[in-house]
Formats: sequence, C-alpha cells, structure tokens
Amino acid sequence: MLLRTEELSRAFGGVAAVDAVSIGFGAGAVHALIGPNGAGKTTLLNLLCGIYRPTRGRILFDGRDLTGRPTHEYAAAGIGRTFQNLQVFFNMSALENVMAGRHLLEPCGLAAAALRLRARVREERACRLESEALLDFVGLAAWRDAPADAMPYGALKRLEIARALAAKPKLLLLDEPAAGLNPVETAEIDQLIQSLVTRRVTVVLVEHNMKLVMGVSQHVLVLDYGRVLAEGEPAAVRNDPRVIEAYLGAEPAHA
Amino acid sequence: MRGRGLALLALAVLALPLALPNKYAYEVAILIGLNALVCVGLNLLIGYAGQISLGHAGFFGLGAYGSAILAARYGWPTPLSLPAAVAGVALLAWLVGRPVLRLRGHHLAMATLGLGVIVSIVIATEDRVTGGPDGMSVPPLAAFGVALAGETAWYWAVGALLVGTVWLARNFIDSPRGRALRALHGSEIAAEMVGIDSARHKLDAFVLSAALAALAGGLTAHYSGFITPARAAFLHSIELVTMVVFGGMASTFGAVVGAAALTLLPQILTALKEYEMVVFGAVLMLTMIFMPRGLVPTLEKALAAANRRAV
Repeated sequence: MLLRTEELSRAFGGVAAVDAVSIGFGAGAVHALIGPNGAGKTTLLNLLCGIYRPTRGRILFDGRDLTGRPTHEYAAAGIGRTFQNLQVFFNMSALENVMAGRHLLEPCGLAAAALRLRARVREERACRLESEALLDFVGLAAWRDAPADAMPYGALKRLEIARALAAKPKLLLLDEPAAGLNPVETAEIDQLIQSLVTRRVTVVLVEHNMKLVMGVSQHVLVLDYGRVLAEGEPAAVRNDPRVIEAYLGAEPAHA
Repeated sequence: MRGRGLALLALAVLALPLALPNKYAYEVAILIGLNALVCVGLNLLIGYAGQISLGHAGFFGLGAYGSAILAARYGWPTPLSLPAAVAGVALLAWLVGRPVLRLRGHHLAMATLGLGVIVSIVIATEDRVTGGPDGMSVPPLAAFGVALAGETAWYWAVGALLVGTVWLARNFIDSPRGRALRALHGSEIAAEMVGIDSARHKLDAFVLSAALAALAGGLTAHYSGFITPARAAFLHSIELVTMVVFGGMASTFGAVVGAAALTLLPQILTALKEYEMVVFGAVLMLTMIFMPRGLVPTLEKALAAANRRAV
C-alpha cells in the first residue's frame, strides 16, 4: 500500500465529517472516492494531504507516519493535489505556475539566487524546459506565457494538474477535476488521467461524473456520512444495493 | 527584456547629476536613493510575498541608532558599526518574525505596528544613549582616516548601492525563492501543496526587508550627521508603505519610482504653502483610484498595449 489510513477521523464542532476511516491505496492505479454531497470526500482529501489535522487516527505514506506534519512535508513525501475551487497562482503566468510547482526539485541558496551564479542560470533554464514540457503534456503549450488570470476555466483545471505533476508526486489527489467542464473537456481530462498512470503516478480521484469515474478507475471507494460504505471494482460497487440506496434513497425527505 | 530596466536605472543614476543644479538638489537625490533602498526590500515583503508591515520604520530607526550609538558612544569604527547594526536588526527581525508572521491581514498589520511603536518609544525614552526626543549627532562614515563626505561622493555611493541592490533583488525574485514568495501570495495552500514552506519563505522576505531598512537607516544617519526618533516613528512606516503601493506592488522599479515620487512631491508642493498636505493627499487618492496597481505596473501595461497596437 502506498497510502494507508488507520481509524482516521476529523470532527468539526462535534460533527464527525470523517469517522474512523481505515483505507489503503495501492501504487500504480486510479482510485476513485465517491459519495453523496456532504459524505466527507473533500474532508478526507484534505486529511490525506495534510491541510487538515486529524482529530484521531494515523496517516502512513510510503512507510512513513505523516500524521500531524505540516502540509509542505506531505508534498515533500510525494503527495500532490489539485483543488475543486481553483487555487492557481493568479499573480503568475502559466509557465511560472508550473515552475513554482518544481520548488522541491530546485533547492537554491540565498547567495546563488541573489548573485545569479552561472550554475543558477543553467538550473533555471533546465527548470523552464521541464515546465514547458509539462504544459505541453497537459495540452497548454499555447498558453505558456499567458497570465493565469487571463486563462479560461478549463485550461486552469489542467494547469493545476501540470503544477502538481511538476513536483513529481508519487500520489496525486484530484478534487473534482471535471467539475464545470463540458463533455469535450471532460473527455480530455479522462485521457489525461489515464496517461498519468503511464507516468507511474498513483491517482486518487474525487468526482461526481460517474461516467468518468467508472471508466477511468480500477478501485472505487464509497463514502457516506464520513464512513466507508463500500469499496471494490467499479462494476461491483455500481451494483451494490447499499450504494444505490445511499445515492437514490438519501434524497432528503423533508425538503 | 531582462536587464533593460536595470540599464535604464543605471543610466538615470549616471545622467541625473547633469540636472542637479545645487547642493540641495543632490541632497534630495541622495534621500530618494536611501528611501528607494528601503522600498526595494519592503516590496519583497509587501508586493511579492503579500505580507503587510507597518513597523519597518522601527528597523530603519534601529539601524540608524544602532550604528550611531556604536560609533559615537562606544568608539566603534563606522565600517564595523554599520554592518553590526544591520546584522543585529536582521537577528531581531528573525526572532520577532517567527511568531508574528503566523498572523495574517489585519492582525499582522497590528502586530508589526506594535513592534514599530515599541521601538520608537524605546528610542525616545532611553535618552542617556539615544539623546531622547532631541536626537543625537552621528559621526560620518569613515575608513582608514578618509571620511565619506560631500554631496557628490554620497550621491555616487548611494547610486551604486541602489543599482546593486536592485540587481540583487531582481535576481532573487526570478529565482525559485522569489517564485515561492509570489506563489504563497497567490495561494498559500497551493504553495504548501507543492512543498513550499510558507512560514520559512515569509520569514526570508521579512528579514531581508528589515536588514535593507536598517542599512538605509544607518546610511541616512551617517549621511545627515544627525538622527531623531521621528525617523523610527509610525508615520515614517506609513510613508514607506505608501511609497511601495504608490510605485506599484510586485515591481522592483515601482518601488524605486514610488520612493522618488513621494520624496520629491512634498519638496515640489512646498510652493503651495498651507495647501501642501491637501494636494499631497489628493495626488495619492487620485493615483490609487485611477491606477490601483500603482504607477509602474499601470504604465508598463499601457506601454505593452501601445506596442501591440503598433505591431
């Protein structure tokens, strides 16, 4: 298991958003995390990347206990993510966003930075080339020098993926990468996710688009009321009566 | 593209003496250079990292008084007292910055404001070493018996220091460390998620900007030969922040232009006598209403648009 949680819990003011979740994500696959609205998917994702600290339980990644560590250490350990509500660096260009994503691969002393030593110039050029290649990979080559705040929504979604990939993560958490996209853009994201596996990136996908989830993932985990309701292969999960009930029967009767 | 702005600044420094008619004009130019030095540093913190400080006059004052006291009261040679004061301020900024930079927005503004106020009160009340509210006289900057004296000598020294500092600052901003600052300004959570230790990088900017303020403070003290607590006071902090915002946040040349504009403006407006402050305030307000991004970024954008039309 690349990532494992033990009894992971997070409460907000007495309400358990994630409740004793013990799961594992194996390397080299696309795992989907689904569930009705308010099931705790985003909370779980925020726990898995260190944005939230668990009230209880442990997170083990690649043999290391990351519980309670600061967020940037999760990144250093090899966990990357994208955000449902975009968290692009809007004060930078597309290319600079990706270059910033390579922060961990670009250790740089104060003197080297300020004096613009020759080695630094070389590293900067290499960083630029690698970042351009990544923009190319997600299909944003044409947007390279565009300021991020001038880019359309669909492009920004892919820019976040490129920025996350720039850090060379072992595990990539994608929070609703297809939300708000049209069918053509969704198909492009679908292909992009599949090509991530060839880059040896393990993916955890939170997504509402069931067609995308069922097509792209090998392992589906269903969350309801902060607990794991079901897990397994996509076909098995889709036909699980508990899952069907959670989705169809969870319509609020009082509404 | 790269280096063109720096060449322009160097050219301006070289050519300016042709337009300086007298000793007073030189004095203003030197003052502009020293203020610009503070603003280039403060711009790293405010413009690039997006963190406010209302206490940088405190660091400026500590640099000034630190070097002055070491030289005047303890007989240190000035080439030692100045770096010692700068290093001391950098250390203080590092110690204070660690807890203070955890705060954001208004809270950070209040905390840095408090820091500045404490410094200026200490300077005003410890009159046995600082001379109190009356200020103290400061020995000139001298090495091996030769003093840096006269407006021309100071002009070239400050001019060279400014060009050098702008060069260093621009390199820093274009490095991964500078990108980290801009990234955490854009989205702190996303910056953390690509491995940027935001607390560490904020502290970087805070310490660098404090050290530059202290250096400029020390130089100002040695240049004018006299220092009063007013230079460490709250109002001076506000002046410095205004220069950065007026010239353009996240623009190193904006910081220089802002320092120049806000140092010059009161000199020009003295002709208006009692209306001076009214017009000064109006200029600031109108600039912020019509150029909210500041002078230099707005002009850059207009220039780029004009270029596109020309092509």
